[in-house]
Amino acid sequence: MSGARLVRLLATAAAVSLAVAGCGGGGGDAPDGRDTGAAAPNVPAGAADPRGDGKAQCSGVNLAYVGSIAGDNAALGIAILNGAKLAVKQHNDANPNCQVTLKQFDSEGSPDKAPGVVTQVINDPSVLGVIGLPFSGESKAVGATINQAGLVAITPSATNPALARNGWRTFFRGLGNDAVQGPAVARFLTEELKASKVCVLRDDSEYGIGLAETVRGALKDKVVCEDQVKTKQKEFSATIGKVEQARPDAIFYSGYYTEAAPLAQQLRDRGVDAKLVAPDGAKDDEFVKNAGDAAEGAYLTCPCVPADAFTGFFDSYKKEFGVEPATYSAEGYDAATVLLKALDKGLKDRAAVLEFVRGYEGQGLTKKFRWDATGELTETPVWSYRVENGKIVKHKPIGS
Amino acid sequence: MVHQLATAVAQGDGGWIDFNVPLLVDRFWSNTVDGLAYGSVYALVALGYTLVYGVLRLINFAHSEVFVVGAFAAYFTLEGLGFRPGPTPQLSTLSIVANLLLAGAVAMIASGLVAVVLERVAYRPLRRRNAPSLVFLITAIGASFVVQQLFFVTRGANPERAIRILRPRPLFEVFGAKVTNIQIIVLVAAVALWVVADGFVNRTRLGRGIRAVAQDPTTATLMGVNRERVIMLTFLVGGVLAGAAALFYLMQIPQGVVYNGGFLLGIKAFTAAVLGGVGNLRGALLGGLLLGVAENYGQSLLGGAWRDVVAFALLITILMFRPTGILGESLGRARV
Amino acid sequence: MNAHIASRAGVRILARRVGEWWHGLSRFQQWGVLVPLVVLIYLLPVLNPPLLTTEPGTDFPIAMFNAARMALIAIGLNVVVGQAGLLDLGYVGFFAIGAYVAALLTSPDSALGVRYPWLVVVPVAMAVTMLSGVVLGAPTLRLRGDYLAIVTLGFGEIVRLLADNVEPLRGNRGFQQVAGPPGTHADGSPIFTQTGGTPWYWLVVTVIILVLVLVGNLERSRVGRAWVAIREDEDAAEIMGVPTVRFKILAFVMGAGVGGLSGALYAGQIGFVNNQKFDVVTSVLFLAAVVLGGAGNKVGVLLGAFVISYVPDRFQAVAEYKFLIFGLALIVLMVFRPQGLLGARQRLLARGRDAYRRLVGRPEQVVTKGPTPDSGRGVRT
Repeated sequence: MSGARLVRLLATAAAVSLAVAGCGGGGGDAPDGRDTGAAAPNVPAGAADPRGDGKAQCSGVNLAYVGSIAGDNAALGIAILNGAKLAVKQHNDANPNCQVTLKQFDSEGSPDKAPGVVTQVINDPSVLGVIGLPFSGESKAVGATINQAGLVAITPSATNPALARNGWRTFFRGLGNDAVQGPAVARFLTEELKASKVCVLRDDSEYGIGLAETVRGALKDKVVCEDQVKTKQKEFSATIGKVEQARPDAIFYSGYYTEAAPLAQQLRDRGVDAKLVAPDGAKDDEFVKNAGDAAEGAYLTCPCVPADAFTGFFDSYKKEFGVEPATYSAEGYDAATVLLKALDKGLKDRAAVLEFVRGYEGQGLTKKFRWDATGELTETPVWSYRVENGKIVKHKPIGS
Repeated sequence: MVHQLATAVAQGDGGWIDFNVPLLVDRFWSNTVDGLAYGSVYALVALGYTLVYGVLRLINFAHSEVFVVGAFAAYFTLEGLGFRPGPTPQLSTLSIVANLLLAGAVAMIASGLVAVVLERVAYRPLRRRNAPSLVFLITAIGASFVVQQLFFVTRGANPERAIRILRPRPLFEVFGAKVTNIQIIVLVAAVALWVVADGFVNRTRLGRGIRAVAQDPTTATLMGVNRERVIMLTFLVGGVLAGAAALFYLMQIPQGVVYNGGFLLGIKAFTAAVLGGVGNLRGALLGGLLLGVAENYGQSLLGGAWRDVVAFALLITILMFRPTGILGESLGRARV
Repeated sequence: MNAHIASRAGVRILARRVGEWWHGLSRFQQWGVLVPLVVLIYLLPVLNPPLLTTEPGTDFPIAMFNAARMALIAIGLNVVVGQAGLLDLGYVGFFAIGAYVAALLTSPDSALGVRYPWLVVVPVAMAVTMLSGVVLGAPTLRLRGDYLAIVTLGFGEIVRLLADNVEPLRGNRGFQQVAGPPGTHADGSPIFTQTGGTPWYWLVVTVIILVLVLVGNLERSRVGRAWVAIREDEDAAEIMGVPTVRFKILAFVMGAGVGGLSGALYAGQIGFVNNQKFDVVTSVLFLAAVVLGGAGNKVGVLLGAFVISYVPDRFQAVAEYKFLIFGLALIVLMVFRPQGLLGARQRLLARGRDAYRRLVGRPEQVVTKGPTPDSGRGVRT
């Protein structure tokens, strides 16, 4: 359960941003000091579209999704898979002469299932690119193997910084890693929120632990209490007791929305009114909906740019799958789009696709995509968001 | 490695295992109150394990799914009554009580029915064939998978969006610990349900049948007890209690409606049943409350990471010194 | 309905015929049947039979390796559950310890800073797990039946949670580059890789055969008879002079050793160990393999393990539904065949075949009946 960036694309958030931008006269700072977005870097106006020009020619080339489809970790995997499916469908509908199949492989998000399915992917010569693997654990288990096969794999969600340090040439990360966000969060806590006493709570995922470490390292003695919760834990009274005793100005919860929502609600129910900050793992509509009114006023940080052009994606996704896009859906869509661009060029082998992705530069829905030699994105701006009136709205850029 | 582990644990490697005695003392009463309220959910689910175990000598591994069915049933009832996720609405006391009672009733019926159906499908055919008891365990696991996956396939992997109609409010304080309205409702209702269940088993004619079968199935059958009916009744009662537990759980944790939400809670509840003495109704109540409280103390003392370790370590320690649980096995030997 | 009953009776008669036929053969003739069968089993990943194959979902040789690994685990657990009748729900703990020992001693991520060769690590892993078997067994084995089950469940969970929480065990981060067995092809590339399931499969099948021979011999010895006596009635065994605790610990230790071995094999093939796969569900699946196949019957247990590991791999194509199918398969199989695919044979004599022939003048009757691990207090019907 590592892996971790959440770019849940909210039409609502996008709509609000648009509205605010409109009021502010198309740019500049709004009266309340909120940056309004026109000045935001990389507004994805020219976001790459999987449809392309509709004239692509290709045959016998495919993509594969490798990740969880069933099992305990299915939610995250299915969101990515659907995002990728949508991109491929849009591509195929627009390009009659380039029909690409997205092959699906279920790794159950588990390091011991991954080798079997990955071997299968590698042995299928028609697969020129992989969207996956979502989790850091399984990525660690099979990364070297994928590298040996020279097969491009863009992970839409695995954020463990160490993954890029293995020397795998085929590893690309479609989002910022955990080391980018931590220092920005710490600055946000101390400078923007003026917190001098912070409680750092984390879950037991690699993501939560890693991010909490970097935040704690940057906050140093401003950390007045720490505790760990377990994944799937829903009852937090003992942890809240610890927070009550420490009386912090702000609480940073390093983890995902599934635990963040009940934690926020129980904190507020118990009368703890410290400012609440959570990372991209909790920046999801589910967090706001599940925490009831307790999410109101909470801050969320994310190495993702507020997106004004997401409404189209949101609507098509909802139309296609009957549910709203969830965590990483847009990352999956973006990853698939990058790979589709390679196929549209008529590339026919893995080495060519690898070269294409290494040299790729282009705007996606979630951010600008250009990778350095290790497979990390070169630009990973971090933004803060705020829950206002039951919606996640952008707050300000807090680092890059 | 055992030695290494031991030293690592003792040295508090990484600083995650300091003994935070001041926190334990400081939060003692609030931990107790919270633990009792949460533990009453364990206790009600544990009653189901205990009843079935008492009668059939069978760990009903699918019982946790019966609980999940109750949670979904209560959720859908609230949704059907027009409540939606989001801020807690302001309702009159009467309306809150009526809605909760309705949701609870539906949950209890749904859980009870599913428990009975599970018994029919997964256990009865095996009893007919005199299958060894291990086999019941496997069909229970199979049934558990099926129920879980039905929710997974139809409702997806994300939890249902939380609906809450009653906001917790502190009513009074015990030694500085706030006690909320929800906690009082849950505790009182759980104990009341336990009293009813205990009375049913110990004082009614049907309950006597349950005890008779638990004590000696062959003789009970010879004396005219309809064994199959008693077994069905046992599953029904256990299921109904799990349905009630599901409502009490949702009142405290509205985010808990998810396809795999029963698993950990089921293990904990079973642990509670064994702690108190499996097959013993009083033991289930005691074990549930004790486990809820002990988990909280352990977390304060050792840190949240050790929450589940505390529960299992407590279990192992108690079984070492008192292998039949705190109160002993007793459904069969209950006072007559 | 009648046809249904008739067909089921038919199956039973057929099974008995096959059993009688098999036991009627001389040792020599048995080998004649067995050798081609074993050769066929060895060849499976190479043949990749069309209907049996798990492709395109997952690589068939690797699926076969996973099935074989599960089979090895099932044999180890069968010693504890099937032979000695001790219900163990925490067997995954031993498996985890084996995997973690291998990781700690070979991974560059390990704080120990050593990189021992795999061949050295395997016996160490087994020794450590066997030791932990004693540590767990000595105090807990006076418990019986379900209480033992729940204590072992607790043990398994505690092992997993320690892996979560104890810093040197690296929790979710895990250990990369865990070593595998040595050996290279002529061109210098390693034989045992993550993508090459076949060598691993052959290795595990060979290990299984060795373990089967060992366990089979134990079974026919005084030890095996003591185990069966304990399984059928512990009190009676005690009264008849069987030192029950000692034999129960022995069963635990034997099982633990095999569990540790499979853990080390697992770690070697994946090359990566973290805290993800050592939960109760995994433990329960191990047990399901044993019971499904027929606790106490070694061949049955192999079959059961195959089903448990194979079904989810086979139905990759309908990934969302595979656990639903799995659950239904478990219920249906157990309802129609409660004693397991193959039941335990109640053959206690060291030279059962000869003795039967001498006594009765005809081949041994094969009784298929499930073991009753808690006969004294089991389901009473």
